[in-house]
Amino acid sequence: MATDDMSKAQYLELAERMVRSLQEDQHAEFESIVEELTDLRETTLFQEVGRLTRELHEALKSFKVDSRLGDIAATEIPDARERLNYVLTMTDQAAHRTLNAVEASADLTEEFTGKSGHLLEQWQRFRQRELSVDQFRQLSRELEDFLALVQNNGTKLQANLSDALMAQDFQDLTGQVIRRVITLVQEVEDGLVDLMRLSRPGSSPARTEESAEAADKKARDDAKGTGPAIPGQDNDDVVQGQDDVDDLLSSLGF
Amino acid sequence: MALDKNMKILIVDDFSTMRRIIKNLLRDLGFENTSEADDGNTALPMLKRGGFDFLITDWNMPGMTGMELLQEVRADADLQSLPVLMVTAEAKRDQIVAAAQAGVNGYIVKPFTAVTLKEKIEKIFERINAGG
Repeated sequence: MATDDMSKAQYLELAERMVRSLQEDQHAEFESIVEELTDLRETTLFQEVGRLTRELHEALKSFKVDSRLGDIAATEIPDARERLNYVLTMTDQAAHRTLNAVEASADLTEEFTGKSGHLLEQWQRFRQRELSVDQFRQLSRELEDFLALVQNNGTKLQANLSDALMAQDFQDLTGQVIRRVITLVQEVEDGLVDLMRLSRPGSSPARTEESAEAADKKARDDAKGTGPAIPGQDNDDVVQGQDDVDDLLSSLGF
Repeated sequence: MALDKNMKILIVDDFSTMRRIIKNLLRDLGFENTSEADDGNTALPMLKRGGFDFLITDWNMPGMTGMELLQEVRADADLQSLPVLMVTAEAKRDQIVAAAQAGVNGYIVKPFTAVTLKEKIEKIFERINAGG
């Protein structure tokens, strides 16, 4: 408004001088006033074009921030939901796998601790010379069976322990997925902060370069590592297990 | 030639649970001489100090990734022939090809089994002992 008032005053002054110069037949003065008027006119026009350009620029920049948030809302939040569901499934499976191993092992140990109690009792009777020859023969058969049982159950126990050990790999695999989701949440927060900054008059967004970088984000992600592939999601160009890895490597001469 | 059960192995993974799993599996296979590092930045000085015969590394780690560690190892005159096995959840074909080109000796994709780990280690040293 201040600019408008100023232009009005300037126009008025110039118009008065122009009329006066015409009335007084001062052609040179008249020409110079026309020149001045054109200048004034052009300056205002350029200022206006400048202002519009700036606004357009800001709008485009904010559009970039908006579209990144749009991408996040449209694809990455559902994607994150899938990933978190995968975490749920993985932790559920790992917990059951561990519990199965523990329960099976409990049955095995129960079996031989029960039998060892009975054998210890018999053995002590034998040491105190309380067993007949027949009873001793019976004890020695039971001892042999027991040793075989310990060996057999020991092998099974070892397998159960290995299984419980391997089940713990869920922590690494789901941890990597959770880290990705944390990064996404951080990005949403930053995007929202940028939007707030934009909506405040006279401020400019500081992080618009990031949108421009989004194009080579994938390549950088690949180099840094992207974590486990999520079934039903990361299916493009992802190997389906160790056999695929081995095939790929042998095709490269490995 | 049989595998040297006394060889010194460095296990690099940012998740301590995975390091423990690999350490336990190696112990079951008879390898007890293991050390651990949680990313490339900690692993590299340990490797440079010398004495390691085998490196098992994850890919995706904060700080220096396993891929960068592999590149550093291959660029180091003293370490360039160190056998490197990558054990990682990274499953993109492009990534596996990139690891192969960077000179990895074996690649295991997580989740993996004890049998897979055993086979890959045996295969790596078979090839090395055969001079190939």
